[in-house]
Amino acid sequence: MSRPLLEARDLTKNYGTVEALRGASFTAYPGEVVSLIGDNGAGKSTLVKCLSGVEQPTSGTLTFDGEPLHLSSPNDARDRGIETVFQDLAVAPDLDPAANMFLGREILKPGVLGFFGVLDKKAMRRQASEHFTRFGATLQSIDVPIAALSGGQRQSVAVARSVAWASKLVFMDEPTAALGVVQRERVLDVIKRVRDEGIAVVLISHNMPEVLSVSDRVEVLRLGRRVARFKASDTSVEELVGAMTGALTQEDADQ
Amino acid sequence: MTTDEKTTMSSLPDERRTPLIRRLTGANTLWIGLVLLVLVAAFGAIRPDAVFQVTTLQFLLAETAVLLVLSVGMTFVIITSGIDLSVGSVLVFASVSSALAMNVVSGGDATNAGWGVIGFGLLVALVSGAVWGLLNGLLISRAKIPPLIVTLGSFGAAQGAALLLNNGSNVSGIPDRLNRTFGSGTYFGIPNIVIVAAVVTALGALLLSTTRFGRYTYAVGSNEEAARRVGISVRGHLTKVYLLAGTLAGLAGFMGNAFFRVAVVTGHETDNLNAIAAVVLGGTSIFGGTGSVVGTVFGVFIPAVLEKGLVIIGVREFWQPIAVAIVLVAAVWLDQTRRRARNQR
Repeated sequence: MSRPLLEARDLTKNYGTVEALRGASFTAYPGEVVSLIGDNGAGKSTLVKCLSGVEQPTSGTLTFDGEPLHLSSPNDARDRGIETVFQDLAVAPDLDPAANMFLGREILKPGVLGFFGVLDKKAMRRQASEHFTRFGATLQSIDVPIAALSGGQRQSVAVARSVAWASKLVFMDEPTAALGVVQRERVLDVIKRVRDEGIAVVLISHNMPEVLSVSDRVEVLRLGRRVARFKASDTSVEELVGAMTGALTQEDADQ
Repeated sequence: MTTDEKTTMSSLPDERRTPLIRRLTGANTLWIGLVLLVLVAAFGAIRPDAVFQVTTLQFLLAETAVLLVLSVGMTFVIITSGIDLSVGSVLVFASVSSALAMNVVSGGDATNAGWGVIGFGLLVALVSGAVWGLLNGLLISRAKIPPLIVTLGSFGAAQGAALLLNNGSNVSGIPDRLNRTFGSGTYFGIPNIVIVAAVVTALGALLLSTTRFGRYTYAVGSNEEAARRVGISVRGHLTKVYLLAGTLAGLAGFMGNAFFRVAVVTGHETDNLNAIAAVVLGGTSIFGGTGSVVGTVFGVFIPAVLEKGLVIIGVREFWQPIAVAIVLVAAVWLDQTRRRARNQR
């Protein structure tokens, strides 16, 4: 396989006396969907936080595109084209979808108005609308607060926002957890479409059939360590569950 | 959920903006504006001779100008889901220090001072307001002390400092020129102090609704964590918002000097509550994330019109706070029910 896009080696993360990560490794290749699975408390969320700059690992190394990587804030990750869809969505419920999509990246009016920080709301609304359509997040209206949307639509907005800005890699922490059947399919579609544009997607999910249907590879985390790696086409739900529970281990997965 | 899926599945027209009329009626601002209009119309119908008099309106506007400036700053603070209890005390502090400073540079009495001294006095008022605002902002954003406690502290401290500055007494010697022009002067019948307040309000409204600063103010109040994750400097923004509120309180202090010809150390103890009431009446959510300066303008005038109106039609003005209280509690209750209904989806 080609050179890894993102590689984490021997990450540890301690919260006081709690060891959330105990030498976890993780690899993502360009343009693939890789699922990160594990039982509750296996360290998935902590690992994603460390890889997206929200938290800093206690020890261990990160490599991105062959270069050593140090992320001191989510902005560092964003500057490198790494985006995250968080489990708790992290949208501003009182702002409309367009405002949320451009939050922190507002388009300003040209000239002197822009100098005073005046927003080009029209341009943002237009671009957001195009973007939502492209990624299948159909919204009745583009200018109502996010809070007035259904859970599924809110999720679509959060996903579409990250995808809009990611140029290399997107982390998605349980992006389908709160969704109905139709919208779940739509999010999975978006994931494939993102991958087809050459962007790597790291999917965190508890839903094994979903993991197998959308992923190219699967990495399994148990007790803060990587315990197994699979090609999605060569594995089964039983094998994945076995790895998650510790019934099955791969000797070389830790490397 | 099922009906919802159907609507999202069907193909929708490109033009997905809510029609203007729906957007207007959906906004709290419209309703609160109507309440104000109804009040004015009601009082006007009962005593048209007294209500629609130039002097009545001039007084009403001039008296509310200072509160309006405070409330514009408070609007920003409350939208970030914060609170600023210190505005009245900061106003007093700025007012006293500005008056003292003008006296000092004029050799003890600034009554006959010129524009240079007046400009210096304005600067002192703005800076002393800004310093208190900055202090509030830093304690809230850096030390993570709840805004209620920080500003309760500076509420007491600024008042105490103002009293210390002049041994607890009012400061006279406000330049005549300042009073003649900004305090009691008018422009086409509109008191100049009102024009200043209107300009500040308009700038505040533009800042909030059209700029990135305003957008971040909403974002921080709506979901601080989301704002942080998209890379907004939440700490920096909160500091700026409290700095703005403090600076406006400083300006309000200077306006008070111009209007009353004296820097008074008492009578502003409930300015903070009046400003909060105005902002909340105007449809800004006490939980942050939504609100508007236009709403605040209505919110400032509703209690003022009630007070004046009740006096004019001969009802004892003691009813005014009771009436305001009812409207205020009803406004928050409505906001809460609306949010709860919305969040259940």
